[in-house]
Amino acid sequence: MSVIVPKSLSDALAALADNPDALVLAGGTDAMVEVNSGHRKPSHVIAINRVSELRSWTFDPVAATVHIGSGVTYAELMESPVAQLLPALAEASRTVGSPQIRHTGTLGGNLGTCSPAGDGLPVVSALDGMVHLASVAGDRSLSVHEFMVGVKRTARQPGELITGVTLPVLSGWQGYSKVGVRNAMVIALASTCLATDLDSRNVRLALGSVGPTILRCVEAEAFAAAVVSFESQSVSASDARRFGELAAAASRPINDHRATAEYRRHAIGVLASRLLRRAFPNE
Amino acid sequence: MSSVTGERISVGRIGDSISRPDGTPKVQGSYAFSSDLSAENCLWGATLRSPHPSARIVSIDISGAYRIAGVEAVITAADVPGSPTYGLISSDQPVFAADVVRYVGEPIAAVAADHPETCRRALAAIVVVYEVLEPLVDPERAIDGSHPDIHPDGNVIRRQRIVCGDPDIVGDVVVEDDYEIGMQDQAFLGLEAAMALPDDDGGGVSLYVATQWLHEDQKQIAACLGVPLSKVRLTLGGVGGAFGAREDISLQVHTCLLALRTGRPVRIHYSREESFLGHVHRHPVRIWMRHHATSDGRLVKVEARMVFDGGAYASTSSAVLINGVTHAQGPYRCDNAVVDGYAVRTNNLPCGAMRGFGVVQACFAHEGQMDKLAAACGIDPVEIRLLNAMVTGDKLITGQIIENVAPVARCIRETAALPLPDEPVGGHDHDPMRLPGGAGRTADSSHIVRGIGFAVAIKNLMYSETFDDYSTARCRLSDGVVTLKFATSEVGQGFITIAGQIARSVLGFDTVVIDSIDTDVGSAGSTSASRQTWMSGGAVNAACIKVRDLLFAAVAVSHDVDPLSLAVDGGDIIAAAGVFRISALEAASGLSFDETVEYHHKPTEDLDENGQGNCHTAFAFVAHRAVVDVDPELGLVKVIQIATAQDVGRALNPLSVLGQIEGGIAQGLGLAVMEEIIMTNGHVRNPSFTDYLLPTFLDMPTVIASLIEEPDPFAPLGAKGVGEPPTISSTPAIVAAIRDAIGKPLNRVPVRPTDIIGLRAFPSI
Ligand SMILES: Cc1cc2nc3c(=O)[nH]c(=O)nc-3n(C[C@H](O)[C@H](O)[C@H](O)COP(=O)(O)OP(=O)(O)OC[C@H]3O[C@@H](n4cnc5c(N)ncnc54)[C@H](O)[C@@H]3O)c2cc1C
Repeated sequence: MSVIVPKSLSDALAALADNPDALVLAGGTDAMVEVNSGHRKPSHVIAINRVSELRSWTFDPVAATVHIGSGVTYAELMESPVAQLLPALAEASRTVGSPQIRHTGTLGGNLGTCSPAGDGLPVVSALDGMVHLASVAGDRSLSVHEFMVGVKRTARQPGELITGVTLPVLSGWQGYSKVGVRNAMVIALASTCLATDLDSRNVRLALGSVGPTILRCVEAEAFAAAVVSFESQSVSASDARRFGELAAAASRPINDHRATAEYRRHAIGVLASRLLRRAFPNE
Repeated sequence: MSSVTGERISVGRIGDSISRPDGTPKVQGSYAFSSDLSAENCLWGATLRSPHPSARIVSIDISGAYRIAGVEAVITAADVPGSPTYGLISSDQPVFAADVVRYVGEPIAAVAADHPETCRRALAAIVVVYEVLEPLVDPERAIDGSHPDIHPDGNVIRRQRIVCGDPDIVGDVVVEDDYEIGMQDQAFLGLEAAMALPDDDGGGVSLYVATQWLHEDQKQIAACLGVPLSKVRLTLGGVGGAFGAREDISLQVHTCLLALRTGRPVRIHYSREESFLGHVHRHPVRIWMRHHATSDGRLVKVEARMVFDGGAYASTSSAVLINGVTHAQGPYRCDNAVVDGYAVRTNNLPCGAMRGFGVVQACFAHEGQMDKLAAACGIDPVEIRLLNAMVTGDKLITGQIIENVAPVARCIRETAALPLPDEPVGGHDHDPMRLPGGAGRTADSSHIVRGIGFAVAIKNLMYSETFDDYSTARCRLSDGVVTLKFATSEVGQGFITIAGQIARSVLGFDTVVIDSIDTDVGSAGSTSASRQTWMSGGAVNAACIKVRDLLFAAVAVSHDVDPLSLAVDGGDIIAAAGVFRISALEAASGLSFDETVEYHHKPTEDLDENGQGNCHTAFAFVAHRAVVDVDPELGLVKVIQIATAQDVGRALNPLSVLGQIEGGIAQGLGLAVMEEIIMTNGHVRNPSFTDYLLPTFLDMPTVIASLIEEPDPFAPLGAKGVGEPPTISSTPAIVAAIRDAIGKPLNRVPVRPTDIIGLRAFPSI
């Protein structure tokens, strides 16, 4: 097994061009689990955590966007000022694993794994983030909705590196909720990200762990945009409940040893309506 | 690497809260666990395990494994020179399955190779052909005889009835219910690991292993190897927790066999998944109970039926069953009882010892019943427990009289008097982390309801039913240095610390060296059943007293004083009158003594067919009160506070006692709300820490504890065992608090979110 530790993006891309199927290792919190369990036996490893271009985030005030390098860790996303710009991402980051995992695991790795339970993904989905990929052949950017193809399947091609994501800075409330059977360090049984935008007066809702990949709830979003009052920050209790029902109806959960589909759907309904109430606290 | 034995520790006497020598190294990562052992030229061993819960082995072809470079040995049942089976109580478990496999994970073969990866490939190259059979997974079918015997010893491991007083008496108030306890894992953090070194002549072996009982391992290993005891020497490797899971043989025989076969050192380490399959678990149990009481809430009769699922092999199931049935009444006076209990064999994972040993299961049921009774009689749950609390001199349903200190009412009163949390739901600072759902931020304070629950337990200490679980200790005094030797497994409970404290108090010297923990001294019995402070503490105490008396005799001669007038006062030896005083160091100069003592507890009896007999050695008591916040819509909980008062006899090291209380509560909380090995049709669904959830710091409540110190006249130092009680009634207290919060019955642990909401726990088919 060869291990390459490139120090720059161009070196990383060159290394990847030589071995397009090499295991890209960021924090290793997913990849090493796979290796240790024998599910993955890489012959080449490219460890990218020394690639400084991937390890920072930048705010563009004109475009009102934040670009997050794929190597930025959850611990870094929980710190201000990025936590103020993207509060839902900070909340989602806080739900990830333990302090050790948050200091090592990256948003790029979450995208790379593309588990339906990945906690960063509902936020990127709710914000309609753009995923940036690079290879020696060139760069491309695609919407996260195109990037996430299925259960642990993405549109990334061999030889491509995820360099980062761009997320808009919205003007309204946003937040993330995740249900697990433990109060910390637990895989989501169901999760929701709700983001609101005062300027465009819309409400976005993304669901995790209840489908092959992250789901957006178009119907629930349209319903919410129609019934909430952005001026008075209010929504009626019955409309919040209805919003939850629509979210639950949009979920496509499965039964497994962690939870029943019935519980996951139920939880989505509860989380979605509670998040809407947090966004619009007045009745 | 640091190890705890051999170190000189010179502070702390009985009653001092000194911290443990292994504490800092464990936190800093420098402690040598048995998985850190290595030797020159050492091979790695690994085990091939059954993928089926029940199957006939048609053939095993190991030739493929031998063709892999680096593979030094492949062994199967045919290579076991001695007894083909082992077991703690009955020898019913094969070293390697030969004809049939009886559970998922049963060992079939083992390999030794130059690298773990070579081992992995060698295991994959072994071809086993199975004829898969329908597994027996329903314990009731083991009882009703509707499934063929899955083992020559039959499907019922033991049945025990208890009939006491008037079996037909009926109370004014009658409550009954069914209870279910899921399979809990001990989930120690230091995985199974051992290293075996063959003797130069190939006739014997030295084993370094993390275990709870060196001498019992030695006995079973020697029998399987077919060699005399003296050819098998064991040394304790650094142990990262045990909780019962290291009482049975796991990798010991395999490691020794591979070392003897290859003539080279061999080490085996289990992975977490293998550990889930490779050791015994807490028995899942179904219990029916019916309680009769007078209308004012006095217990009249307890009826119970208990079915313990022992899994494929007997392990300690028969003793666990006895603990279950004999503790059915709880810490309450009751003159009449009809209890029927079974421990049965199935093709589920084998079950055996785990902290609480059968009493955890009984307590969950009897405490659920006490709450039902309180409701039926219109009495407060605390009041009804006080009303029925047993005292010293009361007779148990086995006919045994409680001779120990029994401060049950005090445990209850002091627990109830401890302050309730003064903060509202979410805390004064409205921290969302403090709500159910924790880091997931699922709830706001308005969604949460709070409940309070109470539970009380009785726990037997030491072994039962005529077992003489004695302990041995050797004390040497030479030039003012005390060296203690014993075979007591230090599994993290802190015995090494306590032993030093005892020696310093008895002898007056500061410096105590703890010798290597190995089989070069007599047995200490198992580190289980809350027994080592009492038993090995008793042995260390007695050995030190013997040495002290020899020292007194020498001082008496050299200083012309009456030896009977001498006493130890701090670091000095004094005459009672106070005129004579000499430092212990000075008195001992040039002298050396060496004494070995066995400590035995009083004998116990077997139970007769009606469950009558003085079967237990001693008892301890505890009460717990839980405050739990519940999100009824999502079914999530956060335990806010546990208050407890525990009957400890005498706290030899209060800090250590508190450690046991907090750790035991964490394990009790785990069983209450999250820890369960989920099995379907004999297959384990969650053999990893991703899916077998243990409480994290965010799940742990504040613990406030009151130690009830009434020295027990039967305990050598007045100190009762404190390890198990904290884990026993904490579980039912938490569940009672959840019931109180949501106003619904909950008769199963762990309580699942679906149980709280009222959804089905499993998909409808
Ligand atoms: C104990 C534990 C707890 C966890 N808890 C959570 C949790 O609560 N929530 C959660 O969402 N996840 C959790 N995880 C999973 C994991 O931490 C996250 O998915 C994390 O985001 C992975 O990031 P990483 O940097 O460690 O990725 P790695 O493991 O290094 O990589 C993950 C995958 O992405 C690929 N990859 C990584 N970076 C790139 C890149 N720049 N370009 C192309 N491909 C790339 C890798 O090849 C690999 O396939 C947990 C893991 C552990 C071990």
